[in-house]
Amino acid sequence: MCLGIPAQIVEIVDLESMIARAEISGVRRNISTALCPEARVGDWVLVHVGFALATIDEQQARETIALLEQMGESYEQELRELKASAA
Amino acid sequence: MKFVDEFRSGKLAKRVSAEIAALVDPGVPVRIMEVCGGHTHTIYRHGLQQLVPPEVEFLHGPGCPVCVISMGRVDDAIWLAEQPDVLLATFGDMMRVPGRRGSLLDARARGADVRMVYSPLDALELARRNPDRRVVFLAIGFETTAPATAVTLLRAREEGIANFSVFCNHVTIAPPLRAILDMPDVRIDAFIAPGHVSTVVGSRPYEFIAREYGRPVVVTAFEPVDILHAVVMILRQRREGRCEVENQYTRVVRPEGNPQAIVAMAATMELRETFEWRGLGRIERSALRLRPAFATWDAEALFELPAARVRDRKACRCGEVLVGAIQPWDCKVFGTGCTPERPLGACMVSSEGACAAAYQYGGQKCPAAA
Repeated sequence: MCLGIPAQIVEIVDLESMIARAEISGVRRNISTALCPEARVGDWVLVHVGFALATIDEQQARETIALLEQMGESYEQELRELKASAA
Repeated sequence: MKFVDEFRSGKLAKRVSAEIAALVDPGVPVRIMEVCGGHTHTIYRHGLQQLVPPEVEFLHGPGCPVCVISMGRVDDAIWLAEQPDVLLATFGDMMRVPGRRGSLLDARARGADVRMVYSPLDALELARRNPDRRVVFLAIGFETTAPATAVTLLRAREEGIANFSVFCNHVTIAPPLRAILDMPDVRIDAFIAPGHVSTVVGSRPYEFIAREYGRPVVVTAFEPVDILHAVVMILRQRREGRCEVENQYTRVVRPEGNPQAIVAMAATMELRETFEWRGLGRIERSALRLRPAFATWDAEALFELPAARVRDRKACRCGEVLVGAIQPWDCKVFGTGCTPERPLGACMVSSEGACAAAYQYGGQKCPAAA
């Protein structure tokens, strides 16, 4: 829940409600960009509980993902929760 | 530069460790508290305590929001889940936290409808799909998750979703630090401030720590080398006689934070006069509740919660762990009566809790820096 996970915006789903589709470690789900209105398609963002909180550059994103993958269980749990809710 | 790879190869870590060793005054302890579960996890996962001289000791503060929720609030959540037509949704970590009569998972086994969600938006979606149910989102977390709850509430109001409510347990990062600094015999010399919370609140809320309490603060990112870098920055401040809030995580954190998030929180929530923290007791103005304008979506206004005050378990020393008074392995039940499989205290529940991280990576006992 506390982990900020890098995600790449792949599509703007609803401009008015600020919902975008993002790819997070291979999983695609809708996220809110209400707290990060500058995010555009192709941008990397830091996602907390389904909300983009900040834009980051691709290198930072990849480094963070590598770090998260080393974290083991807590990251895997985060991904499980994400997948379970991705429908 | 590929920090993670370099760190694995050990070169960068060795260089920073040597820099730390050169900045330490032999025999003068420097106790550094981090207040973020992610930092705690990284420190144990990468054995950072073993990479620094014995003078430098890492203490693990109240940075895991799951760990600081009082048993009384857990009991209230379970009571809510057991009310007619209620569907209670919350984050996975929260479901295992023990209250007086077990956890939310136990309540689910008894027949309550408790669902795990990844996002408060998923809880709102549950409300849309189940119009005949009362969907309550058990909201927890510091300022990393509070804005998400805030935007979800604004959305619920906009769409007029009446069967959705929030049981708000959001806490704020700065007040517990003041509470800890006000404790007698406080043995903290500096703070590593959380990176992601600071993405939202910025670096300004920590300024009182440097100004009023004379302790350096460094807002820090999450890679092992970031944390070691923060130690260097703290030691340099001490050596140069400076005491200020510095930002090591400039690549993401801005001094003013995230303005949209701050506005959303302010629109929907306000500070409570006081809030009970597990192990720390009551702390003034340290938690958020919904504003009266959102009473229609406020579980505390919609339901008459038992709101009983429950004492922490006697054997459990989570409270002392959370203020840095002891290390996890100083607690008698650590690794015996209290394990991640059967947690007695909340610090053992979440993988970001200090006890769970120490148990997972430190073996049963970690030799503390003397």
